[in-house]
Amino acid sequence: MADVEEAELSEKQKKEIAKWFFLNSPAGEIQYVAKDVKAILDNEELYNESASESFPLYNKSHMICLEMPGRMGDVLITSFGELNENEFLDPRTAQVATVDHIKQVCTKVRPAMDEELPSSYIEEFRCALDAELLKYVGEAYPKGVCSVYCTNGKDVEGPGFDFELAVVISAARLSPQNFCNGSWRSVWNIEFKDDDQMLELRGKLQVGAHYFEEGNVQLDAKHECRDSTVFQSPDDCAITIASIIRHHETEYLASLEASYSNLPDTTFKDLRRKLPVTRTQFPWHNTLQFSLTRDITKELGIGK
Amino acid sequence: MEMEAAMGLMRRMPPKHTETALSALLSLLPHHSSDLLSQVDQPLQVLRDIESGKEFILCEYNRDADSYRSPWSNKYHPLLEDGALPSVELRKLEVEANDIFAIYRDQYYEGGISSVYMWEDDNEGFVGCFLIKKDGSKTGQGRRGYLQEGAWDAIHVIEVGPEEEGTAHYRLTSTVMLSLTTDNESSGTFSLSGSIRRQMDMNLSVAEGHLCNMGRMIEEMESKLRNSLDQVYFGKTKEMVCTLRPPSEVVMRLPDS
Repeated sequence: MADVEEAELSEKQKKEIAKWFFLNSPAGEIQYVAKDVKAILDNEELYNESASESFPLYNKSHMICLEMPGRMGDVLITSFGELNENEFLDPRTAQVATVDHIKQVCTKVRPAMDEELPSSYIEEFRCALDAELLKYVGEAYPKGVCSVYCTNGKDVEGPGFDFELAVVISAARLSPQNFCNGSWRSVWNIEFKDDDQMLELRGKLQVGAHYFEEGNVQLDAKHECRDSTVFQSPDDCAITIASIIRHHETEYLASLEASYSNLPDTTFKDLRRKLPVTRTQFPWHNTLQFSLTRDITKELGIGK
Repeated sequence: MEMEAAMGLMRRMPPKHTETALSALLSLLPHHSSDLLSQVDQPLQVLRDIESGKEFILCEYNRDADSYRSPWSNKYHPLLEDGALPSVELRKLEVEANDIFAIYRDQYYEGGISSVYMWEDDNEGFVGCFLIKKDGSKTGQGRRGYLQEGAWDAIHVIEVGPEEEGTAHYRLTSTVMLSLTTDNESSGTFSLSGSIRRQMDMNLSVAEGHLCNMGRMIEEMESKLRNSLDQVYFGKTKEMVCTLRPPSEVVMRLPDS
């Protein structure tokens, strides 16, 4: 049982608690959580502080997608594209979006400066992969958005050096009117190793879903995988990487489906069976028999 | 207003973090602590009876001050001299209910812990609280060993009205909280957690006794709740996954390198 008699909390502790609620919000629900946290804190200043510290973290970890003004397309809010707290690079359009984290909107865009972009050598690999990925994501995720970032060695001018790209795929489906929200997030790190002419891939996949009509049920699934391939031309690298990602993500979806289909008869059974061991409903009308058995076992001293 | 917001947060926070969320709310809203404790269901805690050595479940209904009454010895832990006790007659029914409910629990749960508490209420009837806790993990009592982590907590509170012309009114309020996690190399961590609460009202003849009626209602309710969680609630999260990424593609095998 929780300890009720706690000493008065400091402002700092209250802020930490508020942040805990913000950061544990399911996909697409932080604004609703914010409203409730505001009502509970009942302190504008404290609320503003905790919100301004939490929203950027939430937006980046959920890799939310915001529309850029002027029909520039969408920008993903990720730590890979973060130039400073409110500016995020969209590598595809080479635009930098200014973001209002709490309102979760993009307020303006500007063209990226040369030093914010990778070298033309890296861009060849990045663009080729982005194009392949767009095809794959377009086919596999109805609401998917993807982006390819250079996370290491962006100024490498030609062969002879290592560099790293990161692929982000983010798909969210928000349907609060049907009491259901969910998101799929993939991050793939690809190390281009010049020395041994290899590509090392590390994928982190995360899927969440929340259903809350007269209840609160949540899925939280995570998976990590690795793969590798040979260093080739930018176009060939792009095709191979996209097909490796497709392969692993398709397999992962299949394993999620398998986990679901195992539920009724195996997994769930270890919590509670659908039917009793006897396979008939419990004989409540005849419980006297149990009392008799109990008395007998007691008398004979054979009880457990 | 504050309570509404607090309950709103409880509907959104991950059910596996219910205890953390509740203690966070209790510390922010100390003046609402009794409301929060009565409205927010939390995973059940267990103590061991010092006389019988058997475990029993703690809840608001067997608590007096900081002590909890064991259904096995009828004694408070830690010892409380003047702790509230049910009447002799009701205690007899409570003892019987505990024995029979333990058999019921074993048949459906293949393990677990159960406790039944009864007390007189203000309008000539009585209330029974039936509790079950099961650790279905492979290190706990999961017979099949599929679950890394698996918890089921069921709380059934049943209000029994006064007997009139051979029948009585029964109102059952049930809550199930569960969480399960599977974890393996090829498919990663898969975790589902949730809680749902439902109510059922019935007028029943008491010819076969209260225990029989209460038992049947609980059995029916538990089956319904298990079914809803499995079919509806887990089903909806699966639907969501398949909306995010429709499973139409055939797995493309890469040529062996």
